[in-house]
Amino acid sequence: MSISSKSQHSKYYSLTSQRVEQLSPSGIRKFFDLLASMEGVISLGVGEPDFVTPWHIREAAIYSLEKGYTMYTSNLGMPELRQELSRYLKDNYELEYDPNSELLITVGVSEALDLAMRAILNPVDEVIMPDPHYVAYDSCVILSGGTPIMVPTNQENNFEISAADIEARVTSKTKAILIGYPANPTGAVMSKHKLADIAEVARRHQLLVISDEIYAKLVYGVEHTCFATLPEMKERTILLGGFSKVYAMTGWRVGYAAATKEVIAAMIRIHQYTMMCAPTMGQVAAIEALKSGEDSVTKMVEDYNKRRLVIVKGLKDIGLTCFEPQGAFYAFPSIKGTGMSSEQFTERLLIEEKVAVVPGSAFGQCGEGYVRCCYATSLADIEEALSRMKRFVAKHPK
Amino acid sequence: MIKDILKILETDARTTTKQIATMTNIPTAEVARLIKQAEKDHTILKYKTMINWDKVGEEQVWALIEVKIAPQRELGFDSIAERIYRFAQARTVYLVSGTYDLLVLAVGKTMHEVADFVSQKLAPIEGVQGTITHFALKRYKEDGEILEGEEGVKRQPVIL
Repeated sequence: MSISSKSQHSKYYSLTSQRVEQLSPSGIRKFFDLLASMEGVISLGVGEPDFVTPWHIREAAIYSLEKGYTMYTSNLGMPELRQELSRYLKDNYELEYDPNSELLITVGVSEALDLAMRAILNPVDEVIMPDPHYVAYDSCVILSGGTPIMVPTNQENNFEISAADIEARVTSKTKAILIGYPANPTGAVMSKHKLADIAEVARRHQLLVISDEIYAKLVYGVEHTCFATLPEMKERTILLGGFSKVYAMTGWRVGYAAATKEVIAAMIRIHQYTMMCAPTMGQVAAIEALKSGEDSVTKMVEDYNKRRLVIVKGLKDIGLTCFEPQGAFYAFPSIKGTGMSSEQFTERLLIEEKVAVVPGSAFGQCGEGYVRCCYATSLADIEEALSRMKRFVAKHPK
Repeated sequence: MIKDILKILETDARTTTKQIATMTNIPTAEVARLIKQAEKDHTILKYKTMINWDKVGEEQVWALIEVKIAPQRELGFDSIAERIYRFAQARTVYLVSGTYDLLVLAVGKTMHEVADFVSQKLAPIEGVQGTITHFALKRYKEDGEILEGEEGVKRQPVIL
């Protein structure tokens, strides 16, 4: 049947799948196009480090190319990388993962998240997650045929998802809880005891927990709790992590998942037919990062912390209320006082003052009224952006 | 606390007291007091600017000079080192381990000027047994800063 004749039979016929059409169109796209066409824009929009990957990591990758490491690796990832990762998880969290069956190297955390969802969800399943959340969370659930269930969080509760709110949304269809702390877009970090309450809910209702801990090392003055370390949680947790944010390796596309043998085996079945393996060069770089990247991380965290303090104070001085972020590299000020929607604020700020931020609404309904400012950019740029934003806010009294 | 402040000033001496206060969460007055104290006790020696003189066509000749000296009784290497480091041409002076004793970094306007310093001032000092002068052909990196071709941030306009 040709496309045209089919479309005559059904007015709902479309070339693309209904599942894809279910995904909310990105509210960011139009700003992105605008941004690309403008000169002199200071961008607080990109969620990536402004550091170039430390030289010792790049050098290791270059050397691997010279030595001819250009082939596929095992579907699981290079054995040496899995061993290093296993050691890393042991050293940092006292967690024991078998490098041969409980770890999977993926194309960034993005792939790991997608695999995790596809590996665990059946069409009726529900996944509970905080709102606002990273843009891929609900989409990955929808693409896997599941239904995302939102738990509203806000500035007043420090953008933390509460165990009671989760439990109130648990139904017979609930399969998993999806969290990501330190959080994108809010910078929130959850304390151990609050996470333990969530673990209790997971245990009580036999739920899986997908914990996206890509920002684990980027915490300021507080401690990160790895969800899998909580009592009885190792077998319930699909721990996701990666190298992009911590080692400034966003373009290398290397992440990982750590979970039980059964879950990893299910994830590999999808991974082997889609990605086959993460880029070999990136995996070699990741080995070097794990072996001797600690000093670079310490230095970057120190730098981010200074910028964090500068941007939060700056935003407050402008008159925007700003939640004190304790992790990642985002500030998430409220712009409700300006009377503008977060999209209006973002668009006008870009056009009038050439500062790019991301509307909070892109991260879920509860993100409305906020904008995300990424402070992984130079101090000079942050200060210039702040002074432009100050002028902007003063020009638009409510 | 003072270490945090010093680290910031080491990277950018122009950072204001107020900015440092924000970055470290230390009150402005306290930051000012700590800096003053560090200046007084010579923890902070000086505030300087790194300049690439090549950019303005200012010729400079840099030389690394190995100096072998005979240590003196009771004074060791220090008194000879002092006679050397008092010369303005000696930019940096280290006592080092290995086949020679002092490493002197000398800067002059011309090769001739540096050569004169070595042959007329440095070599004749009593106790100096020999010198080997290496003229620098190119400076790539200076005190942690790459002089030419420093890589910028090559971000693509993406939003995630």
